[in-house]
Amino acid sequence: MTSGFEAYLVLILVGFLPSEVWRWLGVALGRGLDEQSEIILWVRGVATALVAGVVARIVMIPPGALAAVPLSVRIAAIACGFLGFLLIRRSAFAGVLVGEAVLIAGATAFSV
Amino acid sequence: MRVFADGFRTALGSVFFYVLIGNYLGIGALAHEFGFSLIWMILCTVLIWAAPAQLILISTLGTATYLEVAVAVTLSSVRFLPMVAALLPSLRGPDTRQRDLILPMHFTAISVWVEGMRLASTRPRAERVTFYNGLGTGLMLSAAVSSAVGFVLAARLPPLLAAALLFFTPMAVLMVSARNARTLLDGLAFGLGLAVWPVVAALELGLELMWTGLIAGTIAYVVHRIREAMT
Repeated sequence: MTSGFEAYLVLILVGFLPSEVWRWLGVALGRGLDEQSEIILWVRGVATALVAGVVARIVMIPPGALAAVPLSVRIAAIACGFLGFLLIRRSAFAGVLVGEAVLIAGATAFSV
Repeated sequence: MRVFADGFRTALGSVFFYVLIGNYLGIGALAHEFGFSLIWMILCTVLIWAAPAQLILISTLGTATYLEVAVAVTLSSVRFLPMVAALLPSLRGPDTRQRDLILPMHFTAISVWVEGMRLASTRPRAERVTFYNGLGTGLMLSAAVSSAVGFVLAARLPPLLAAALLFFTPMAVLMVSARNARTLLDGLAFGLGLAVWPVVAALELGLELMWTGLIAGTIAYVVHRIREAMT
């Protein structure tokens, strides 16, 4: 990633402002907005799918040390984690634990 | 000051305190692997204060255009509008000035908002803004410290543990999204997003995140509409 001044400028222009503007609009528009309005529902769907896309991206094209773990292990880990989540009282904590355990076991088996 | 401290203490006892620590340890580690600096990472947490937006920013800045990243970030943060709008009436007291609301507005993220909506209303109106600020400071501080710790750990941990740390946030985001999915729309959008991204990426169209969001999000919305229409 770019360093120095540009990285901070990007943080403000590409990260902070596009995100913060909705908080400002929330103050400005006040209660004039219905959380169940159609446009908000559609945007919620798009935003949720975007975040899911980021999760898929990190699993498929991971950064740094995670890239040393084989793709099959990464996919198995997240799938087992999700299964663990479903089976163990829909607990996110349990799901993450199961997923991490599978990742570490799998990576060790492939001697990362 | 006492009210602020009450809010701060509430933050440290909240379940979100632990969720944020885990999540931001992972985000900090990701920021290290994607080549950002420690100060940048901490500022990113304090300024943006939205885990999904930060995750998008950190993981895509290297490969996507600035415009694409900005659009993805802004779409992921639209939720703040109704959240802030819903919050303000319960924070505002008779003597609350507009500028007193700047800080609570910025602190508003899922964690602070959920705890704030629940607890601020148990306080006298005059104390609510201060209490909410204490709560926000406590949770944001825990996230900022965690992101810094995660950043440093990613550099120092043996590769296996670093990999486990980097894997934490994507998994936590998946589980928490599944748990919080209130409607068919949320769950379907997330599931379709996971499935559509690899397809769009394989097609090498560019703007893969945008397409993933638009295609999966729109299908989920349409299915939701059809289902609503049938009941």
